[in-house]
Amino acid sequence: MSVKIGVLSDFAFRALKANKLRSILTMLGIIIGVAAVILMMSIGQGAQQQVMSRINRLGTNTLTIFPGTAGQFVRSGSVNTLTLDDVEAVRQLPGVQAAAPTVRSGQLVTCGNKTWTTSITGTTPEIADISSLTLERGRFFGQAEVSGAATVAVIGQTVYTNLYTPGTNPVGTEIRIGGEAYRVIGLLQTVGASSGGSDQDDVVYIPVTTAQLRLLGITDKSINMMQVQVAGQDQMESVQQAITYLLRKRHRLNDNQEDDFTIRNMAQLQSEAQNITGILTLFLAGVAAISLIVGGIGVMNIMLVSVTERTREIGVRMALGASRQDILNQFLLEAVLLSLSGSFIGIVVGIAGSKIFSSFSGWSTVISFFSVFIAVAFALMVGIFFGYYPARQAARLKPAEALNYE
Amino acid sequence: MEAAANRPPLVYCQGLTKVYPLSGVEVHALRGVDLRVERGEMVAIMGPSGSGKSTLMHIIGCMDTQTSGSYLLDGVDVSNVPEKELAAIRNKKLGFVFQRYNLLPRATALYNVELPLFYAGITGSAAEEKARAALEQVGILHLADHLPNQMSGGQQQRVAIARAMVNDPLLILADEPTGALDTVSSAEVMGIFQKMHEERGVTVIIITHEPHIAEFCRRRVILRDGRIVGDKTFEYSNPVA
Repeated sequence: MSVKIGVLSDFAFRALKANKLRSILTMLGIIIGVAAVILMMSIGQGAQQQVMSRINRLGTNTLTIFPGTAGQFVRSGSVNTLTLDDVEAVRQLPGVQAAAPTVRSGQLVTCGNKTWTTSITGTTPEIADISSLTLERGRFFGQAEVSGAATVAVIGQTVYTNLYTPGTNPVGTEIRIGGEAYRVIGLLQTVGASSGGSDQDDVVYIPVTTAQLRLLGITDKSINMMQVQVAGQDQMESVQQAITYLLRKRHRLNDNQEDDFTIRNMAQLQSEAQNITGILTLFLAGVAAISLIVGGIGVMNIMLVSVTERTREIGVRMALGASRQDILNQFLLEAVLLSLSGSFIGIVVGIAGSKIFSSFSGWSTVISFFSVFIAVAFALMVGIFFGYYPARQAARLKPAEALNYE
Repeated sequence: MEAAANRPPLVYCQGLTKVYPLSGVEVHALRGVDLRVERGEMVAIMGPSGSGKSTLMHIIGCMDTQTSGSYLLDGVDVSNVPEKELAAIRNKKLGFVFQRYNLLPRATALYNVELPLFYAGITGSAAEEKARAALEQVGILHLADHLPNQMSGGQQQRVAIARAMVNDPLLILADEPTGALDTVSSAEVMGIFQKMHEERGVTVIIITHEPHIAEFCRRRVILRDGRIVGDKTFEYSNPVA
């Protein structure tokens, strides 16, 4: 005959109520621990989500190829091992959906009496798909304009706001880049900041040939970067290998020569970023969990005091018919009740803290069901773990001795 | 009494000894106690402090075990009973009354009386009904919602007796039940024991060192140095004051 859990909960609840201040102070350790775990995990997961969304915006099935050896700091234009012909060759590979070259240069842009220094990107129409560019007005330039090195431009929102009076239609107007007139044929929609923090709207797209021949005087067809969109996520590895093989062959590299280009795999970057932010989240949660353990030790401390103080009561309860199991369960329940109520308050404090933190710091935080579950489960484990020893001490008392305890 | 004669005695001790190892020295609390208490008796166990009466009561109350000898409660050798069943025996067959009442300080009289019922698995209105009936029997139903510190010693001891009686035990064990009470309250409490004994036929064992308290019982057993040195049954006991 064991006493029902409902009755034992009532015993435990009464005991905790009898020592309100002490119970609240004990709970405080658990409250802080749970709140810390939830807050830290929300910060970690917020950072993870932010990084992942930025990487996703770049396209997860994108390979980016730079001229120059891996790790070598490459100044734009200083290494010219990658050319438009390479892009054309890569485009023919199976599994490659699109490939676009990039020639980049900072230039002063003039429109009427307004000027703005921005990044001029020479590229091909494929870039619109690869970089998920959408147009607010007008159109992107086509293949014919690339072949003909036409002086046309597609401008970003930042460029627009700095060169035009709001509300005017830029399409059809002329801007001057490097002393030459370009006809604006399209205005891009807002993209936002990149993963590196740069403004991706502060850009002017022009045909790659125009950039090479008219703007920069590049005659060897060299480019700064190539972006490749792969047909499927699962083909990333094979396409990367195929490109490496192709480019090495095209560049006539021996087996003992290093690659004269670098391929950045977005999927790899994504999984690495996920790993790093995951470790960050774990680390933060781990630090917070330490405070939860400290809170658990507080629970154990108070429960031990409580068992000593209530030795006589334990003796009386045994005389009235409480079995050792009943006594053990009651004290264990007291510890669990402390941890559970502490963790519920901790959830509220943790969520509130995370909202306050994000509104003050501007970082995004994510409260997941998982983090709340983890925090409560851990608090419960701490309660049971640290509550068991005092409860067992209580249950081990001999009834006659407990009754005579002064 | 005829029917009871066919049943085993309620308490049957033979050659009961108890040795406490106390900091290297062995303390002999009981040195061979033979005691037989039949159903429906009201017995006082007397003796000076250190005579072993509390030890005897703890063994009879299944709160402690003897070092040697045998003890049968209601025909059952409790030294072989597992702890869990022992708790059930304490709960159902025995009722304890202590010198210092030992009520839960922050619980009402009603809740204190309900407590043994909770351990018996009786809860809710069934428990409340039984507890109120027990409080009524000891004459303090009007104090049901009072806390112990709002009651006099005599009233608290009545709550304790109600608590001991609420599960309809076979045997009430009272350890110096009047030790903390004045003469009037003592007489009142003893009167309640007599009433329970007479009206409900419960067997009562009262441990005391005060002769005038023992006089409320017909049978008086005297314990000294762990041995029974006197066991007399009188024609009459002191009437209810």
